[in-house]
Amino acid sequence: MKAKHQRLTLALIAVVALVGAGMLAAWALRSQASFFYLPAEYAAKPPEEGRAVRLGGMVEKGSIKTAADGVTISFVIHDDKARVPVTYRGILPDLFVEGSGAVAEGRRAADGQFVADNILAKHDENYVPREMKGMTNEEARKMIEGAS
Amino acid sequence: MIAELGLAALWLAAALAALQLIAGALALTQRGAALAGIVRPVAVAQGVLALVSFLALVVLFWQTDLSVELVAKNSHSAKPLLYKLTGTWGNHEGSMLLWAMVMGLSGSLVALIERRLPEPTMLATLAGQAFVSLGFYAFLLASSNPFTRLNPAAIEGAGLNPLLQDPGLAFHPPTLYIGYVGLSVAFSFAIGALVTREVGPAFARAMRPWVLGSWIFLTIGIVAGSYWAYYELGWGGWWFWDPVENASLMPWLAATALLHSVSVLAARNALRAWTVMLGVVAFSMSMVGTFLVRSGILTSVHAFAVDPQRGSFILGLLVLYIGGALLLFGLRASSVSEGERFAATSREGALVFNNVMLSAILGIVLVGTLYPLLAEALGAKVSVGPPYFNPVSAIFAVPMLLVLAVGPLLRWRRDSLSRIRLQLVLPVLLFVGALVWGASDAMGILPALGLALAAMLAVASFLPLKGRKLRQVKLPLWGMVVAHFGVAVALLGMASDAAFTKERLVALREGEVTEVGPWTVKLQRIEPVAGPNWTALRADLAASYAGGKVSELHPAARSFWSPPTETSEAALKTRWNGQLYAVLGEESQGGRWQLRLWWKPFVPMIWYGGLLIALGGLLALWGRVASDLRRFVARDKIAWRRSRQGR
Repeated sequence: MKAKHQRLTLALIAVVALVGAGMLAAWALRSQASFFYLPAEYAAKPPEEGRAVRLGGMVEKGSIKTAADGVTISFVIHDDKARVPVTYRGILPDLFVEGSGAVAEGRRAADGQFVADNILAKHDENYVPREMKGMTNEEARKMIEGAS
Repeated sequence: MIAELGLAALWLAAALAALQLIAGALALTQRGAALAGIVRPVAVAQGVLALVSFLALVVLFWQTDLSVELVAKNSHSAKPLLYKLTGTWGNHEGSMLLWAMVMGLSGSLVALIERRLPEPTMLATLAGQAFVSLGFYAFLLASSNPFTRLNPAAIEGAGLNPLLQDPGLAFHPPTLYIGYVGLSVAFSFAIGALVTREVGPAFARAMRPWVLGSWIFLTIGIVAGSYWAYYELGWGGWWFWDPVENASLMPWLAATALLHSVSVLAARNALRAWTVMLGVVAFSMSMVGTFLVRSGILTSVHAFAVDPQRGSFILGLLVLYIGGALLLFGLRASSVSEGERFAATSREGALVFNNVMLSAILGIVLVGTLYPLLAEALGAKVSVGPPYFNPVSAIFAVPMLLVLAVGPLLRWRRDSLSRIRLQLVLPVLLFVGALVWGASDAMGILPALGLALAAMLAVASFLPLKGRKLRQVKLPLWGMVVAHFGVAVALLGMASDAAFTKERLVALREGEVTEVGPWTVKLQRIEPVAGPNWTALRADLAASYAGGKVSELHPAARSFWSPPTETSEAALKTRWNGQLYAVLGEESQGGRWQLRLWWKPFVPMIWYGGLLIALGGLLALWGRVASDLRRFVARDKIAWRRSRQGR
């Protein structure tokens, strides 16, 4: 290598590495980003089985049930168009209540149920999961009206 | 009265920043040279006024002055004193004032002590620092005034988010902010050097303590934030790739790269343009982080501002400073002459590799953090989590850590691997051995690689000391050894947590027993307890490790009444070889209580490792500053003798 061109070579290596990182990131994002589904979308076009997704909606009144082991919980997340049964093993967030909003992180099982690894609910009276915050007031109201 | 004093000090500081910018810029021209003398005193005064303003706000929170809107909204007279004080920065306006105060004081410190650089470079640097400060003062005064009065005064304050009512709030935000904002000095040095075309070893030596100092604070801030999230959230995890965590990781990655390239520039006068570029990028990442966290784009405990005007204001500042700096770089980079050359196999070569890999990881974290925001703008709602970040960043982190074992052993300029091959036998054997063992344990690729890298680095980090008299080893070298060993320790903790954690989720009646890993845990009873501003249900757990001594744990679910919120308080029992982590859930049918228990072998190593990394930085900083001071003293002595001889 001509010593004279060292700066150019270094710059090229850096650019190639960074572009490579960018392409790798783009490719990985396509396969690994988890998409957000409303119950209606989930029912109409279910995600592939086993792919990490988020499901957000209202927790149906009277749907929370605890299994005999005391820690497996099942409930229904719904909007005005569809209902999705969810199971979750774990401790629910403090403000997870029937009739209010929640987002479940997890995947679709073979039987169409949603198996959640994590439940996000309101942290305090001001906190709303990001996906639900983006909704216009009408959408949110519709969602809540659909729940009641 | 105090609120008005604070506001007046803030206005004055802003005015002085404007003066500092104009005088500094004019003093660079021939006609304005007479102004050069006032720039340093103005910079000092500006920092002091910012401090006065910040202290005024602290006093207001201390007194719980409810006629001030910010205090009424974020504090409460019944709050413990510590949280009254820390509540000063537990909100948007106060935290931005903290930011401006740290930035002003950093500028003061530069003006007071930095004498090595040519005067024009110093003037340009101080003008640059004032330019950045001015934007944040304008932001505070125009849209985030912390001193706004409330008429009539509130009867009682609204309280502080209970998640923030934790001793961690006393340390986590100030340390991170000092780190973030300290990088503004590196940014200003880079601007000063570009304006005056003075990029060289003297510039690198002037910049290095600031980079080191900021990096130490960032490291401690991240370690503290990670541990805080670990015990406060009750999810048993220590890093969630949450956008706000990434916001602190990105400046750290850039500062780590800068730290290493600045060493090359100081020692070998190479990587000139690259170092200046990193100086710009590092503080840009601090500002991007602030924008992400404070603009309200992200919903989290960190997002105080939901006012879109504020988001646009910060975005405007971001575009102005980052865009301006990059433009200046584009115009001037070609005139920064090429530095000294080096062979690919050399200390410089290894450091370049480290820099490129760190930059790639930075890019990956940045893309993953911004992608959901971009996708949302296009109408798709996505979230990006560990399945993306872990493997993709590992693709670059693993080669970087492999080179980390070798790089410090190489000589500057030109070297060959065959010279050091004997030293590398043991680390390589450890790496392969741990990898084979990890593969046989079926623990997954990343944990196995992590353990193997940790084993290799633990030994390799000490090799640079080989053949030296330990007493004569200089502090910066000790710093490097300790920091690199810290990387090995932290890696061990991370890999061990991923590979060996045992979890148990059960519902128990009082008196029942369960097991997790080597622990036997008995739920003795559930009882109500009360604190100063909360009530709680508390579980009394009796835990014994492998049938040994019994220790008590008290996980609890707390209910705060102002604002009404519930938090879960995890309980931890630390042994030398790991931590037992317990979370209390809800009451289940039949008088049973949900309990989630984890046994996490060696997990505290993550934070001990992080602290070792910071300690390494501290040793290096100490060594550099001490030798600089010695040099100053020697120079002053010579000057003094000369003046006596002259007389």
